[in-house]
Amino acid sequence: MANMLDVSGLEGGYGPTQVLFGLDFTVRQGGITTILGANGAGKTTTLRAVCGMIKVSGKITFDGARIDGKAIEEIVRLGIAHVPDGRGTFTSLTVEDNLVLGAYTRRDSDGVAADMERVFGYFPVLRERRRQQAGTLSGGEQQMLALARAVMLKPRLMLLDEPSFGLAPLLVKELFAIMRRINEEESVSMLVVEQDATMALELADHAYLLETGRVVVSGTAEEIKADDAVRRAYLGY
Amino acid sequence: MANRPETVVVFGLTPDAWKRAMVSTVLVVAVLLPFLVSDFRTFQFTLVMIWAIAVLGLNIVTGFSGQFSLGHGAFFAVGAYTAAIMMDHWEVPYYLCVPVAGLVALTAGFAFGFAAGRLAGHYLALATFALAVAVPQILKYDPLEEWTGGVQGIPLLKPDAPFGLPLNPDEWLYYFVLFITVVLFVCAGNLLRGRTGRAMMAIRDQPIAAKTMGVNVSLYKALTFGVSAMYTGIGGALYAIVIQFVSPDSFFLFVSIFIFVGMVVGGMASIYGAIYGGLFILFVPNIAEEITKAAPGAIFGVIMIAFAYLVPFGVAGFARIAGARIVRKWGVAPNGRASLGAESKQTLGGE
Amino acid sequence: MDLFIQQVVGGLATGGIYASLALALVMIHRATELINFAQGEMAMFSTYIAWTMINAGMPYWFAFFLTVAISFVGGVVLERVVIRPVEHRPILTIIIVFIGLLLIFNAVAGWIWTYTLKSFESPFPDRPLEIFPGTTVRMHDVGAIGVTLVLLLLLYLFFRFTPLGLAMRAAALNPGSARLVGIRVGSMLALGWGLAAAIGAVAGMMVAPIVFLDPSMMFGILLYGFASALLGGINSPVGAVIGGFMVGVMENMAGTYVPFIGNELKLTLALFVIIVVVIFRPAGLFGKTVVSRV
Repeated sequence: MANMLDVSGLEGGYGPTQVLFGLDFTVRQGGITTILGANGAGKTTTLRAVCGMIKVSGKITFDGARIDGKAIEEIVRLGIAHVPDGRGTFTSLTVEDNLVLGAYTRRDSDGVAADMERVFGYFPVLRERRRQQAGTLSGGEQQMLALARAVMLKPRLMLLDEPSFGLAPLLVKELFAIMRRINEEESVSMLVVEQDATMALELADHAYLLETGRVVVSGTAEEIKADDAVRRAYLGY
Repeated sequence: MANRPETVVVFGLTPDAWKRAMVSTVLVVAVLLPFLVSDFRTFQFTLVMIWAIAVLGLNIVTGFSGQFSLGHGAFFAVGAYTAAIMMDHWEVPYYLCVPVAGLVALTAGFAFGFAAGRLAGHYLALATFALAVAVPQILKYDPLEEWTGGVQGIPLLKPDAPFGLPLNPDEWLYYFVLFITVVLFVCAGNLLRGRTGRAMMAIRDQPIAAKTMGVNVSLYKALTFGVSAMYTGIGGALYAIVIQFVSPDSFFLFVSIFIFVGMVVGGMASIYGAIYGGLFILFVPNIAEEITKAAPGAIFGVIMIAFAYLVPFGVAGFARIAGARIVRKWGVAPNGRASLGAESKQTLGGE
Repeated sequence: MDLFIQQVVGGLATGGIYASLALALVMIHRATELINFAQGEMAMFSTYIAWTMINAGMPYWFAFFLTVAISFVGGVVLERVVIRPVEHRPILTIIIVFIGLLLIFNAVAGWIWTYTLKSFESPFPDRPLEIFPGTTVRMHDVGAIGVTLVLLLLLYLFFRFTPLGLAMRAAALNPGSARLVGIRVGSMLALGWGLAAAIGAVAGMMVAPIVFLDPSMMFGILLYGFASALLGGINSPVGAVIGGFMVGVMENMAGTYVPFIGNELKLTLALFVIIVVVIFRPAGLFGKTVVSRV
């Protein structure tokens, strides 16, 4: 089975500060890959690199086509949805407007309407609040909205930056369960960056550990969960 | 390890010595000028200096202190009208009018700078733009007509050279203005190179940090505005004296814009830039009018935009960079070895 | 009482023009955080284009809509060619570019059409209109109010109910997130400029019959536009509109009823409004105070 995303030799950073020193990783079609590591390891930077927000060198291949060097808007239109850290919701627009915007690039209005229904199915609370201003939602609800908006794009790959950030553990469990559902029911491959290693390893099937811009450990989630040494050294438990 | 420019020698002199030599040459030429050229040219160069003073004023507040002003024409007008009213109504001799006009402009500038202290960026530009548009209206205002001369303005007399010196009025005024120009420029240089100047630049670049370091930001901002208005106001007073006439139409919005253009083209945050600016304001419209009637506005506009894209530091900055290149290329260390990449720091600061 | 109503209607008419101009300013400010100092000159230039067409015999409303279309295209082109390259430069550079544009438009207009005043016809008949028994107002004033309201209604519908309008709002609110849903933010910006130019053209054509056409016609009006936008809240379209009508009526009221202002210090009033708003309530009546993090 081909890879959804193939990254090799990724190097880059912010201006004169280099953050990534040659990353290689893949996301299998239909799979969920997680990137773990401490603060400052370069996890967010990696996601930004994939969706074109920063200039990098190296090869990024999405479903067989090279996307490194393309503009964000074009990469998005190819089918990659990015849920950034900070969620990136349009806080002064309504929940419904946010969802509609998620589907901005799509031409199939029937499909969009159907997807909107399905999205409300995943996140019933959004249906309740659909006419509310997005900024008035709680942190957890905004995270759901960000996720829902990404689903509305009908992406083939979703990039998620610390979806558990600032959320209570119970909420995180619920969110991750919905993410698994989305992965299976909408056939969306996922690349999830997380600080919360436990939950991430439950969700993902493959994992990479980043330390100061380099991959130090990689393998299936099972392997990493089972490896005591790795857990203690890199994941702190 | 890079050679410091002071230890590098270009064609026999250090860069500093070259600078001193060039400035001295210009001063000598300036002093001899009225005897070398016609009266009309002398008159033109007098105006060049006046515009240079006005541009220097704007430079102090925008270039060095980072507060945008599109309304310095208002202070120019304040200076001009103060001088005109004093000469016309109270027959105060012109040389006394100049410092008084400066003080009036200083007060006006300080008041404005204080009131507008919280503004920054284009909000400040907006407020000053409003000043520039509204001032001509105030000058035309009927109830004030007996002072301002209303729409017709105030005609003035050209002063004669004092002490029976063998100079005609144009030549005398030239020297009068030259003297004031030199004094003002030297004062500005000292001001900007010293502690005040550094404080101003700190406010420009990092206002919040400056505040935490104990710089009283609002006071400095208001003072800077005041001093800058004073300079431009003195320019205005001299303008009134030299042109022998003030009227509201002379101070239309475009005066503010021309001073602004002069600053941009001459070079911001540069004292020498004010001189290039003065030259630009006076001569370019003349040349432009011969090319096309759409000048000077369009030419000014195009040149300004071109400078914004290509030569952001203005002519003065260009001169500085060119100078640095020359030093790098032909500079030789005092012991005879060619200097390798003599580093010249390009600080945006007084030179 | 007659005078009062006449002045109010007159104030609303000019207020509508200020509101339109303020709206154009707000649109550009929302999208770019920039104040378009050249907005007035652009509107003036558009009005001259309309004048040329009408003088050549074209029927008024045909020329009107053609001018609006040309202005729209002009605005888009201006954004792409002149503004885009300096988008990320320091504020001063951008202000320089705007002032440069102001000068160029002004000078070119003077060159092409000379500086003599021209009269610009109003599409509305010159008869007075009796709105109450015994009270008449100028048809043009009423017509101008009407045109302004139609314009505002169309804009409202566009931004509220069309996908493109929503996308433009999103691009202005949060360009980063807008990119992440595939919105081409650069194009939205160009569209915004096009719309602003078109709105300016309408404002210019409505005001020209009142003040006579000449290259510096819009300076004072631009100032009122600024005052209105600031009063309403520089990021609030609703505020811009309300601000515009308020400033228009205030201007007329002050000019008529406050003796020392008269006709002559009206611009000073605008200056005064600007300074007061900017010092005491920079967010305007309807704007939100922006907190910038250190």
